[in-house]
Amino acid sequence: MAIKTEEMVLNMGPQHPSTHGVLRLELILEGEIIQKVTPHIGYLHRCFEKHCEAMTYPQIIPYTDRMDYLAAMYNEFGYVIGVEKLLGIQVPERVEYIRVIMGELQRIASHLVAIGTYGADIGAMTPFLFAFRDREVILNLFEITCGARMLYNYIWVGGLSHDLHPDFVRLTREFITYFRPKIVEMNELLTTNRIFIERTANVGILPLETAINFGITGPMLRGSGFKWDLRKDDTYSVYNRFDFNIPIGEGKVGTVGDCWDRYYVRILEMGESLRLIEQALDQLPEGNVTSAIPKRIKPPVGSVYTRVENPRGELGYFIISNGTTSPFRVKVRGPSFVNLGIMDVLCKNHMVADVIAILGSVDIVLGEVDR
Amino acid sequence: MSYLDAQFDDNIIIAKVDDLFNWARLSSLWQVGFGLACCAIEMMATSASHYDFDRFGVIPRPSPRQSDIIIISGTVTLKMALRVKRLYEQMPDPKYVISMGSCSNCGGPYWEHGYHVLKGVDRVVPVDVYVPGCPPRPEALLEGLMKLQEKVRNESVVKKSA
Amino acid sequence: MKSAEEIFNILKENFNDNIKELVKQPVDPYILCDPLKINEISLFLLSNEGLLFDNLMNLSGVDDANGMSTTTGSITTIEGGTLSVYYHMESTKFRHKVVLRVSTPREKPEASSVALVWRSADWHEREAFDLLGINFLNHPDLRRILMPYDWEAGYPLRKDYANPEFYHGMKVPY
Ligand code: SF4
Repeated sequence: MAIKTEEMVLNMGPQHPSTHGVLRLELILEGEIIQKVTPHIGYLHRCFEKHCEAMTYPQIIPYTDRMDYLAAMYNEFGYVIGVEKLLGIQVPERVEYIRVIMGELQRIASHLVAIGTYGADIGAMTPFLFAFRDREVILNLFEITCGARMLYNYIWVGGLSHDLHPDFVRLTREFITYFRPKIVEMNELLTTNRIFIERTANVGILPLETAINFGITGPMLRGSGFKWDLRKDDTYSVYNRFDFNIPIGEGKVGTVGDCWDRYYVRILEMGESLRLIEQALDQLPEGNVTSAIPKRIKPPVGSVYTRVENPRGELGYFIISNGTTSPFRVKVRGPSFVNLGIMDVLCKNHMVADVIAILGSVDIVLGEVDR
Repeated sequence: MSYLDAQFDDNIIIAKVDDLFNWARLSSLWQVGFGLACCAIEMMATSASHYDFDRFGVIPRPSPRQSDIIIISGTVTLKMALRVKRLYEQMPDPKYVISMGSCSNCGGPYWEHGYHVLKGVDRVVPVDVYVPGCPPRPEALLEGLMKLQEKVRNESVVKKSA
Repeated sequence: MKSAEEIFNILKENFNDNIKELVKQPVDPYILCDPLKINEISLFLLSNEGLLFDNLMNLSGVDDANGMSTTTGSITTIEGGTLSVYYHMESTKFRHKVVLRVSTPREKPEASSVALVWRSADWHEREAFDLLGINFLNHPDLRRILMPYDWEAGYPLRKDYANPEFYHGMKVPY
């Protein structure tokens, strides 16, 4: 006698400890196997693009912070590059170097949250506490620079709001020596952990062609084995002066493009960021960081699309100027917004518990998915 | 018998029911593990190693039905507001609400052009403590929690507090 | 690596009238196309051996606000004019980029969907539909994405959008 089965609809979120915010996933299950995942987003839609049309160019910077709140420095970075392109201005060398240092520190901080919460999602609470402990050190560095812990308004069009604190270089070097062993510690604690590997290896495999067609970028794309990093491939600021590698997924414990690869790319990237910061600190030129800030920001008519490599992938700003002091339209291409679109493909035919592992490896920030 | 037990004979402690209840309540305020926006990251930082929310007895619970306190940490949008209300209604009495950050206090930076932002969570649920800041520092959230404990300490089982 | 002019010429050869012009501006020049043929043009750009635009970076809907605008009291309405969609794409192999733009009338904004060419366009198009009301023909699943499914007050990113007073009994304005 055939057993009668029927599909079951399960709602995950918007309040769920593992959805990293207010995401709702509608799962269609056949027993424990996932047939279809429909993400419902918009629970944090904060009207960023409408605000842009009402604010002047410098006023928008704090709002870009609040989009991807784990990588606020990098959001400002991308936005000001766009406006500077429209204005056609050059910024002083020192500003570029400080931006790179801040951006890379931010990348480490963001990856630490990604790794820590990923561990916590899968059931390992200790890495979460360790990651947040180290993140606090970076936040202290930001705090002595601009006074804020999370949302900085530090990178301005044409310059920076403050110069570095006199102690900053010393403290950052101390941080680098402090943090190198911590990556090893994290590897011992989580990366090579038997249970962790069981949960993540060979789960949610993302083939490369699918990834490109879905517009996936960042550690997810590199996890699938594609050397694509805008810092090298479409270089901006002064990244072309530094020597760093682009880690890609190699399928060390499973298949190329599985959750473990995506996770491990992040770990390796933290090491590369440390190298970048070291080089930037060595070469840091003297100069004035506020001299090039324009008195009035009024770009000529035109549009520009700029993109930078955010910790989560390609962050693009499409800015249309109509010659006034506020933009006509700003559209943001959020990396997590695009990356989240692939959930259905990744989760198909996996178990319910794997959804958590896959979602954590995508590393979304809802603020920027919904904007 | 353990060491501590051997130190004391049988004892009787006399206390008012109010004091006993309040003391128990205020030292184990379990929180709904629920974050909304940027402020949620600061809330996570508060419960992580450096600031250690645990020492105040605040433990995140996955379900609202097991919790005493909900920290509205971030922007409440119109789409989310009804869910926040639902969450609040699912919590058992006595329940407390901390509104964390300008956004949930009054709409924050989105107060003017935010067509999809609820300008203050107090339009859907009653709030006990408002913590200002964008985002509030973890210290500020701890202060807010202590304010709430202060409030709980002065409650009474028979008299309804305001 | 091809420049925008070369790509424009290739497209012009293949789609003559559906490609309108190459608009030059200081930073990114763009090619103006026919909204109803954009899916064929996209498929060509993706599959042509010498172009291989395999990555759609961004798709943005824009309210051009170039129609007649009338203001009565605090309410502005715009009539006529166009809504536009911009497509930014690049080739991961050849590293060239191009920007396409289509304009569609505000009264009946329609463009054909490219969601089946690049899957990344799926959510971008839903977003443009949600916030600007541009109708993408043959889109597999055109629903609101950011705003609530039962939002009735129109399309927020249009320049003449007016916010409602109440939503489900909650006061919306400050
Ligand atoms: S108050 Fe500020 S930090 Fe908190 S959610 Fe609102 S914008 Fe984010």
